[in-house]
Order: sequence, then structure tokens, then C-alpha cells
Amino acid sequence: MTDFLHPALLFILGVLPIPFLQGSIRKAYLLLVPALAILAVLAMQPGDYGAARFIGQEILMAKVDKLSVVFALVFTIIALIGMVYALHLPRAGQHVAAFVYVGSALGVVFAGDYLTLFLFWEGMALASAYLVFAQRGGPAIRAGFRYLMVHVTGGVVLLGGVILHSLATGSLLFGPIEGEMGAGAYLILAGFMLNAAVPPLNAWLTDAYPEATVTGAVFMSAFTTKTAVYVLARAFPGVELLVWLGTVMALYGVIYAVLENDCRRLLAYHIVSQVGYMVAGVGIGTEMAVNGAASHAFAHILYKALLFMGAGAVIYVTGRRKLTELGGLYRTMPLTVVLYMVGALAISAFPFFSGFVTKSMVVAAAGQDHRALVVLALTMASSGTFLHTGLKLPYYMFFGTDRGLEAREPPPPNMLAAMGMAAVLCIAIGIFPQPLYALLPYPVEFEPYTGVHVTESLGVLMFTALGFVLFLKALDPENTISLDTDWFYRKGARCFMWLAEKPLASYEKAVSDVSETVALPFLHRAARAGLRADLNGVDAVVNGIARSILHGGGMLRLLQTGVVTHYALAMIVGLIAATAVFAVVWR
Amino acid sequence: MIRRVVDFFGDRRYAKQRRRLLYLVLVLVVLADFLVVREHAEYLWERLPGWSAVYGFGSCVLLIFVSKFLGHRVGLMRREDYYD
Repeated sequence: MTDFLHPALLFILGVLPIPFLQGSIRKAYLLLVPALAILAVLAMQPGDYGAARFIGQEILMAKVDKLSVVFALVFTIIALIGMVYALHLPRAGQHVAAFVYVGSALGVVFAGDYLTLFLFWEGMALASAYLVFAQRGGPAIRAGFRYLMVHVTGGVVLLGGVILHSLATGSLLFGPIEGEMGAGAYLILAGFMLNAAVPPLNAWLTDAYPEATVTGAVFMSAFTTKTAVYVLARAFPGVELLVWLGTVMALYGVIYAVLENDCRRLLAYHIVSQVGYMVAGVGIGTEMAVNGAASHAFAHILYKALLFMGAGAVIYVTGRRKLTELGGLYRTMPLTVVLYMVGALAISAFPFFSGFVTKSMVVAAAGQDHRALVVLALTMASSGTFLHTGLKLPYYMFFGTDRGLEAREPPPPNMLAAMGMAAVLCIAIGIFPQPLYALLPYPVEFEPYTGVHVTESLGVLMFTALGFVLFLKALDPENTISLDTDWFYRKGARCFMWLAEKPLASYEKAVSDVSETVALPFLHRAARAGLRADLNGVDAVVNGIARSILHGGGMLRLLQTGVVTHYALAMIVGLIAATAVFAVVWR
Repeated sequence: MIRRVVDFFGDRRYAKQRRRLLYLVLVLVVLADFLVVREHAEYLWERLPGWSAVYGFGSCVLLIFVSKFLGHRVGLMRREDYYD
């Protein structure tokens, strides 16, 4: 273990001093831990670490290979950026939760067995739920509970799958699931897909993320769905179902984004859409597709965090989150506009931004695998991504109708610094993709910057912009919310409560009425009859016998006089009688 | 510098220039798509210059109207107090 320092331990044990530190020492400490974790990941050598046996099963705390390192690296980088963004928070609670959340995500990424994986999986759900609760207020608390309940349910499904799978295969080790998929494998897949927000299991994400704190949402946008992409890539590469679910997902997110009015919920729908590319890449399962999924996850974490940071800065400054209430902010926060736009151009895959060199790898892998429909659908989703994240959201948030919003206070410099760090990485990856490509699990033979690819991408994007300009009126945000699959459990819970309050309660009342009006009097009468029978019948017999024994006893007692002559006389009478009887019988 | 770039995209004064710039970019993109070298085109559409422009515009319009249809006609969009 000397050459391997588990970065999850760094974060989780690193939590302990946070509440005791104050001021600039705490700030320095909060940055030191992620920085050390980045170094620990960079210094890692592939191999197995921390093997042990537990309840007769093989346990492997950490399995390091290229796939886990690429995810761990971006996780530690975004942990550092997220910490910079959250540095101004006066209270330690969210920092502690974020550390546990990051540590658990890293624990999942290195987990070599299902037990370790499950433990950290649940740790992620609990720690991230705190980032929703920390927002306080009714809607956030309710959304936090829904988030927690969905994830706990998903965790139980995953655990059930793990148990069934390990019983079938005899091993808890986490790796590609080969051969026929059994019930256990499907349950594991369902648990993973829930965290990846694959429809119809997506609504927890768009429900909870916009309710989280400004800084918490940045962390949430990075970890839960991308650990799920990682475990899918590890266990289920090449599962055909994922290709189609991923493709549907990419379009699902952009369709809902058209309808959305809440700025961070719109971005959350774009997480669903972007993770769709990764899930589809995993499903295609070729070397190029898995490379594409991994690199897109890397780029996505950075630009999506940047977008959430930009929207968060707007919420921080104005206290508003609905597009119908925002607008005209470009005058007061131009730097935020520019930094946000870097993220927007990156997610839209403009040339020289990170999305261009990663998203195209997934699409090209689909093309190489002769999946024309997937290529077309994913290209359409790219158009939708630019339409909302790159045009609609910034237009209505920063430009559009000037609502005379006065910035209460400018965003703290640490927020802008964090956005700057993410923006630099988004551009750097776009211009120099090679270092990222070198990290990927398989050798990369893909050149993003070909003439055709650049003009094609620009064609799709710029003519989307034309569509936006022409149909701007149709895109005006509306004061509504959109029904998603959370309808089933939000209305379902209400149905359940209604069921408990109305039919079940009246059934209960009817039963108690029947028992009071019919059963109870009957029982009373029967009891009384029994009592009477007992008193008059049984007791009389018992008493009679007892009385006659008493009487007989008294009679016998009279015979016993205690006078010897009486007894002698009785013996003589008896003797004579016996002799008489003997004589008669003998005859 | 940053403020001037942002102002160009925000200020009403530059509306006409913005529009001209967009049209110029659109023309240039389509022209470039005609001039670019196309080798190993796998699908039919990859051989058609200008295809991506048509597909991008079509996708954008389709997404807007399909979504709005789902929102308004199918009833996905609800009042904000729907769940209260």
C-alpha cells in the first residue's frame, strides 16, 4: 500500500478537521486535500490494492486501471474547482458533505468488488442529499426526501442484484458481466441506470438538482451520473439495450429543456441528454465508443459544472431562478456571461471547445458501427443542446427583456475564479485533445479536426442559431412546470395517502361498526348464557358432589368414637360376621 | 474588451449588425461545406454538401414544435402549483 494512497480515504478522513478549522486556514485546507488527491491519482500505478477476505468473500478495495484513472482524475479536478467555488461559505456543513460525496464517488470508481462499491454508492446518496437539504425551505426539504427515497430504493435494487449475481457466479468481484444476463445482472443494471438517470428513472435528477444549494448543485452535476456511467462502462459494455436507451435519453433531455422555465432545471435536463451520449457509447461497446463515453464524461463534468456555476452565480446575485423573471443581466455581470458562454460552446461541441473532441467520438463510433439512426438522433440532440444551453438560456438569463434587476452584490471572486479554471480546461481540451486521449482506456485513432467534421458541425450549429432567431417568440419561457416520471411517485404517494385516509379508514370504521352493533352484543349474550350455565349447571353438580362428600364424611366421623371398647366390640362383631359368611359360603 | 463583446450581443443598437454577422457566418459555413474535401463518406448524406445546414435547421424547428406540442396539447406543462 506504500505506492498507493486511496484518494477516497484522503477525502473521507480529511473531513474530520474541517469543523475545527476557521478562516483562511480552513480555506487553505479545503483546497489542499483535493490538490493532494489529484497528485495521488496522477501518481497511481495500475494494479490491485487492498485485497482481503470478508465473510468468506474476496474483497478488493481498489482496482486501478486506465478506465478508473480517467474518471478519478476528472473527479479530483472538479472537486478542487467546486471547492474554490464554495470557498466563501461560512458554515462547514456543506464542505463536509461535499468531501464525503467526492470521497464516496472515488470509492466507487476504484471499487474492486460489489460490497465496497455498494457501500460507497450509498455514501454518495446520503452525502449528496445533504446538499439539497442545506438549501432549507419547504420545496428543498421535500425534494431532498424524494431524492433520498429514490436513491435508497435504487440502492436496495442494486444490493438485491449483487446478492443474486454473486450467488450465481460465486464471486463478489466487480467486473464485466459475461455470458447470459441473469435476474441479478438485470437488477444491477437497473440500479446503475437509476443513478445514470436513464428514462424513466430520470426524474430524481431534474427534481432535486435545481433545489440544491448554489454550490451543492455544482458537485451534484458532476458525480452521481458520471459514477453511474463508469460502472456501466465497467460492467455492461456492449449491452444493446443501452444504445437505444442512451439515444432516447439524449433526445428526451432536449425536448424537456424546451419547456423548462427554471434555469438550473433546464441545465439538469441537459445532463440527462449528455449522459445519453455516454450511455449510448457504452452500449455500442467498441473500443472507440467506450473511449468516447469516457472522454465525453471527462469533458462533460467540466463544462456542466461551469454552466451550473454560471447559473448559480446569477441565482446568488439576483435571488431568482426562473427565466420569466430574469433578463438584462449582461450589463452588470459581463464576466459571468463570457465564462458561462465558454461552457455553453463546449457543451454544444463548437470547434476548439472540449465537447467537440469528445462528443464527436461517440457519434463517429456509432457511425463506424453502422448505426445510422443513432448518428442522426445524436446529431439532432446536438442541435437541441446548442438551442437551449447556448442560445435560449443565456438569451433569457443575461439578455432578453431587461427587468431592471439590480445585482445585490457581485459574485464573490472565488466563484469567478472557479468558473475561470473550468473555462480554461474546456478550451484547453478543445485545442489540445491529445493529453486527454492519452488517458483513455484504449488507444485512440480518431482525429476530430478534419475539414468535413468542422464544417458539418458548424453547419448544424449555426443553422440551429438561425432557427432560434426565426422562432424566438415560440421559445419564450412560460410560467409552468413540466410533468415527468416523478409524477408517478409524487401523485402516487398522494393516492396512497388518500387510500389510507379515505377507503382504508372507512373500511376500518365499517369493520368496527359491525363488531360494535352485531358481534359485541352477541358476544355479551353468549358470555352471559355461559355464566348462567356455569353457575346453575356445572356449579350445581360440583357443589352437590362436594356437599354429599362432606355429609358422608360427617357420618363417618360419628362412627369414630375413640373408645377402645367400642373398637373391640366392633372387631368381635366383625369376626362373628366373617365366620358366619365363611360358614355359609363354604357350604 | 469583454464588456464590449458582451455589449455587442446584448445592446439593441447592434441588432442590425448582429443579424448581418449571423447571415455572413451562415453563408461562409455553407460555402466551406461545399469546398471541403470529402473522403470515406459512409452514409448518403455525408456526400451532400450543405446537408448539415438543412439537418441542423430542421432539427431545431422540429424540436421546438414537437416539444411545445407535447407541452401544450399532450399536457406536460402544468401550472406551477400543480403538486401543491
